[in-house]
Amino acid sequence: MSLFLIAALPFLGAVFPALLIRAGRNASASAAGLTTLLAFVGLMLHAPAVLRGDVIQAQFDWLPGLGLNANFFLDGLGFLFASLILGIGLLIILYARFYLSREDPMGNFYTYLLLFQGAMVGIVTSDNILLLLIFWELTSLSSFLLIGFWKHLPEGRQGARMALTVTGAGGLAMIGGMLILGNIAGSYDLTVILSSKEAIQASPLYLPALILILIGAFTKSAQFPFHFWLPHAMAAPTPVSAYLHSATMVKAGLFLLARLWPVLAGTPEWFYIVATTGLITMVLGAIIALFKDDLKALLAFSTVSHLGLITMLLGFGTKFAAVAAVFHIINHATFKAALFMSAGIVDHEAHTRDIKRLGGLRHLMPITFAIATVAALSMAGIPPFNGFLSKEMMLEETVHTAWGGSAYLVPGLALIGALFSAAYSFRYIVHVFLGPKRSDYPAKPHDPGVGMWLAPAFLVGLVILIGLFSAKIVGPLVATAAGAVIGGEKLPYYSLKLWHGFTPALYMSIVAVAGGAVLLMLHKPLARMWDNAPRPEAKVIFEALIAALTRLARTITDGLHNGAMPRYAAIMIAFTVALSFYAYQSGTLAAPTRTLQDVGLIPILGWASLLIATGFMVAMHRNRLLALVLIGVVGLVVSMGFNYLSAPDLALTQISVEVVTIILMLLALNFMPKETPIESSAGARLRDISIASVAGLGVGGLIYALMTRDFIGETISGFHLENSYKGGGGTNVVNVILVDFRGFDTFGEIIVLGIAALVIFALTEAVLGTRVRAYLLNRKPDLPQAGDSHPMMMVVATRVMMPLALMVAAYIFFRGHNLPGGGFIAGLIAAIAIIMQYMASGFAWATERQRYPYHAIIGSGVLIAAATGLGSWFSGTPFLTSAFGYIHWAPLEEFEWATAALFDLGVFLAVVGAVLLALESLSRFAWQPGANTDHAMDINPARDDVAKTENEG
Amino acid sequence: MNHLVIAPIVLPALVAPFIIMVLRYHMDLQRIFSVASTLLILAITIALGVQAADGTVQVYELGDWPAPFGIVLVLDRLSAMMIVLTSVLALAVVLYAIGTGWDERGANFHALFQFQIMGIIGAFLTGDAFNLFVFFEVLLIASYGLMIHAGGAKRFQAGVQYVVYNLLGSTLFLFALGTLYAVTGTLNMADLAVRVAEMPAEETALLRVGAVMLLLVFAIKAAVLPLHFWLPASYSNAPLPVAALFAIMTKVGAYAILRVYTLIFGPDVEVTAGLAGDWLLPAAMITLAVGAIGVLGSREIGRMVAFAAITSMGTLLIAIALFTPASAGAALYYIVHSTLATALMFLIADQVMERQGGRIAARPVMQQSGLLSVLFFVAAIAMAGMPPLSGFVGKLLVMDAARDHDLVWWIWAVILIGSLVTIIGLARAGTLIFWKSHGLQDTADQAVVVDDSEDLLDGTSQAHAAQAAPSALPLVVCFGLIGAIVLLTVFAGPLTRYADATADQLFTPTAYIETVLGGGQK
Repeated sequence: MSLFLIAALPFLGAVFPALLIRAGRNASASAAGLTTLLAFVGLMLHAPAVLRGDVIQAQFDWLPGLGLNANFFLDGLGFLFASLILGIGLLIILYARFYLSREDPMGNFYTYLLLFQGAMVGIVTSDNILLLLIFWELTSLSSFLLIGFWKHLPEGRQGARMALTVTGAGGLAMIGGMLILGNIAGSYDLTVILSSKEAIQASPLYLPALILILIGAFTKSAQFPFHFWLPHAMAAPTPVSAYLHSATMVKAGLFLLARLWPVLAGTPEWFYIVATTGLITMVLGAIIALFKDDLKALLAFSTVSHLGLITMLLGFGTKFAAVAAVFHIINHATFKAALFMSAGIVDHEAHTRDIKRLGGLRHLMPITFAIATVAALSMAGIPPFNGFLSKEMMLEETVHTAWGGSAYLVPGLALIGALFSAAYSFRYIVHVFLGPKRSDYPAKPHDPGVGMWLAPAFLVGLVILIGLFSAKIVGPLVATAAGAVIGGEKLPYYSLKLWHGFTPALYMSIVAVAGGAVLLMLHKPLARMWDNAPRPEAKVIFEALIAALTRLARTITDGLHNGAMPRYAAIMIAFTVALSFYAYQSGTLAAPTRTLQDVGLIPILGWASLLIATGFMVAMHRNRLLALVLIGVVGLVVSMGFNYLSAPDLALTQISVEVVTIILMLLALNFMPKETPIESSAGARLRDISIASVAGLGVGGLIYALMTRDFIGETISGFHLENSYKGGGGTNVVNVILVDFRGFDTFGEIIVLGIAALVIFALTEAVLGTRVRAYLLNRKPDLPQAGDSHPMMMVVATRVMMPLALMVAAYIFFRGHNLPGGGFIAGLIAAIAIIMQYMASGFAWATERQRYPYHAIIGSGVLIAAATGLGSWFSGTPFLTSAFGYIHWAPLEEFEWATAALFDLGVFLAVVGAVLLALESLSRFAWQPGANTDHAMDINPARDDVAKTENEG
Repeated sequence: MNHLVIAPIVLPALVAPFIIMVLRYHMDLQRIFSVASTLLILAITIALGVQAADGTVQVYELGDWPAPFGIVLVLDRLSAMMIVLTSVLALAVVLYAIGTGWDERGANFHALFQFQIMGIIGAFLTGDAFNLFVFFEVLLIASYGLMIHAGGAKRFQAGVQYVVYNLLGSTLFLFALGTLYAVTGTLNMADLAVRVAEMPAEETALLRVGAVMLLLVFAIKAAVLPLHFWLPASYSNAPLPVAALFAIMTKVGAYAILRVYTLIFGPDVEVTAGLAGDWLLPAAMITLAVGAIGVLGSREIGRMVAFAAITSMGTLLIAIALFTPASAGAALYYIVHSTLATALMFLIADQVMERQGGRIAARPVMQQSGLLSVLFFVAAIAMAGMPPLSGFVGKLLVMDAARDHDLVWWIWAVILIGSLVTIIGLARAGTLIFWKSHGLQDTADQAVVVDDSEDLLDGTSQAHAAQAAPSALPLVVCFGLIGAIVLLTVFAGPLTRYADATADQLFTPTAYIETVLGGGQK
């Protein structure tokens, strides 16, 4: 079976359990089991070739640009791990079917489990370290889901988060390490990396890469000081603990150490970091394990300890140690998974895992007792079980290892580890199963059905068989796997058998077992001492750390984003000024090329009025009405300035925009406080004054510098002047630019205007749909109102002016193409004409006479403009290409037509619609019931009937 | 001249006013037209994408005026890619808004939506700096309308900040354009490129000021620290489907930086040397950091996603700020990922918010909690850049592109540690919202008052959606986006090839310039 398929099968199969759970728990479990079985069989088909020493490969270019390719290979090491993962996976699936209760969502469980399985198989068969990283992090994620499987338990959630944080962090560090490694080797393919040992170990980046990769491996394999997450991961259901946290996932770190052993090992750095960490972890884990009363916690720390043992062996960097490590990986997987399952059985049947509440179970649960005893003896290193064999090899190797010149340090500590290991193994047997039967079990314990004990029994069978016939059963596997670890070099001499004669290791073993028995006898007083001794509680520290981090993040985030607009604006402007100044002073500025003109009287007057108006504005801006007046003054002076500088179009536009905006703002001001309150401190205001002054001076300086210099080259405006009449059919260049040269900009801008009006409308709708409406209806005006809200004089005047104003608008519109004017200005003038009616005669009166909804006017404007633009497609020219010509109709003089005029009509309509929709929306705030009856004045022809009744009365 | 180039701008510009004029009171018809228009835009942009894929540059001269005198639209690989991305996102968002009924909660949603699409696509297609300003205005004002859709006090308040801050940005944009025009005498981007290259060395100060101001404008849009302050409040208080659409808006800023600082002020241009990458890179790194911290420090899911979006922009801008072809290729891949993932995250956040109010805290188990938690999990993986989704691939690409840079260690550290903090934050939020709710036992915990607002402006708009049985469409949209992310991952190879080809086109802009100034004929 292709390696792709083997790696992909668990992922593909992961869909089924979650779906099939609706067809029952057996269907769900069978789907998971069959998937795994299929993958396992597929793997086994490769067994002969792999054991022969072949390497199976499968390659697919995924992201060749980055060097991330879906390349898989299967050698001895990968085969060993894949068999463990799939084989134990099968057993776990069987076990979990009977372990999980009816209330547990079993479908999800198997789905997560298969996802995890796929990720693991991916790790051990990847031939590309980036691909390996992907699977690596996937195991963290799937393990997160599995640990948090019981969502309602806080331990589950916390344990899941802790595991994810620690292993995720390790994974991220490893990304860095792998990228460096790939950089040195020039490829991310393992096969290439494995053959560039010299280059890697000679590189100055060897140490950073090593450390980063080791962080990844150590976090995953729960090595000191990252070991603390593993015991808390025991909040997961026991099948998960047995599978992920003893047999497979935590071995991923070891796998990586073994995988990269040929290129990374053999240096002093490797030895001192890896072997020391392993040694500390082994001893520490073993000691803590003895004092844990929770069965799973005991096993968890024993796992930590054994992982440390294997790490240490790999850290030694010798070939013999590598063989021992590989062998112990197999042995540990078998006995530890069996132990976890037996602990799960006890928990399942006795409803507790607390050793203090257990004891005497051997009569009640004989089968479980037998399984647990064999597995625990193997863990203790008692012959003839398999744990003894690899522990012997380990002790043997420690004797030959010197640490920093001391020959006794490593064997001494290893002996302590072995001693405690024997002690807690014995405790598992003695305190749980031996002793008198108790009367206070939470439930009545008995052996479970065969479904639950079959899997651990099978593993225990392996424990015995490997112990007795190791060379026959696992010999070839150990040989090929160890061969892969040491990079295909010749294997050292070793023999997998029980009796090696009277070696130092044997004596050490005897001491360990005897000492372990003594320790167990002293357990009570020791445990008291242990409980009284102060020691750091990793979970408390971790949670406090995360809580502190979260608090810090919250403080920073809320402090930084406190919602104060003035501060945001101040930062933005200060930053802009600073960067602009940097850009300016790091460049060079040539002398001005233009000379200054003489200043006439009129500019000085304009300049002075601008200064006075803005000066007053600064001083009096809290009076909002006055501020509006002053803004009006500024706008007026600017319009006059445009006019003075021969830009009548701009002046016209500016002045009509001024009128309209001031009116709209006055309307809005009606509903707002008339004074701006003082909200900022004196310091903040000082800051703002300085920033504003500097920014203002900067802009002024920039404009001055720009205006005293000529363009670098010829500007594009020359073309516009030349082609305005020839190509655009108009002599008013400004208008031709607006509707032709850059008609597309205008098209965009009328849309902006239209949207603005739509937004104002939507805003009004949204506000009036709330309790604000009631507030407005009951609102008393905060300023005294005029006695006559619709003065007769004004009403008459505006009605007379309306047709005149519209006439002016039409005039301005039509002359636009050749003389100052155009659709935009005309639209504003027409809008003003109508606004006047609203102002003089009132909202109700004006609205009654408004037959065309403003929405539609805006829409028609944009549509007409767009349709004009589209029209040019029919002549095969691009959007908005104008055409013009001359028409001679009998009594009239010859006149020009241009499609641009149609476009301008669109502009006109959009402007009128937008301004009036904004006005109407804002006016609706002021609407009060009864306003409709308040007739503006009596010259209203529609009110004939009223007049009549009055006459009659 | 190929009219298809302008079609994705003109089409929504026709549909939107049509909706306003004719369909104002017919929500079902508005929906039909809006979806049809969006589908058609998607088809058009895909066709354009196919046309641009071989590397040809197409120029569309509006009004038949040759560049640089008139306005041109330019379709190259980059703009084609961005408009396809925009229309994919638009389709997802419009379907989602319809499925959840968000479009009914205020006036003019579909018209504003179409205008919004028009503005974004226009910004990606235009080859004229001033026209870019116009489209920035279109998309700004439309986005403001969408942002305050359905109203509410907090939303209005955030909306004011959004619009004020962005108006400051627009003002700066005008200053920048004025400066550039006053120095060079042109506003066509290709023409600017030619003239900037010919700038005399003794007259650089003013051009540099213009160039840096322009960059700042785009940096505001792209939410680069310290110019990002508009983003968290406005995204988290906007209707979240709208925030999902806004995932592309920050990309407009990123796009503009990439375009202008390769085409006009490219890395080899002497006169503007040291203006872009030198400060943008550290700023991008800080952006990433602040975003990640914000993810962890948020109390509310919408705000958390907003900060996740900032984190994502930080990563993207790191890639852009390196200004090498390799980093630009990485950035282009990451843009697609970041847009889809951010949008997905916002849509999920919206569903959570509709059901339980949006606080990151345990609430009674909500409807469809299981499905939503799956969605959240996948989206969080994508957002945090965890394997196996495109975020991880993108992150690797960015880190790989930074390999030869002086600050490589800093860059890697910021990206990796930022990822870790993001992971912690997202895991915390996910477990609290989706898991802890199962652990709530006593009734005191269950009775949580969702409506804790006493404000005058908060009407009925918030509460009414949750009661009805949820429609399937929102979930379909979310799974569709996940599908897109998966495709992005699976086809990372061909996509990065396209991205790299795009980056090459950006860094050798001669073809672009010649095509634009040669009137469309090379």
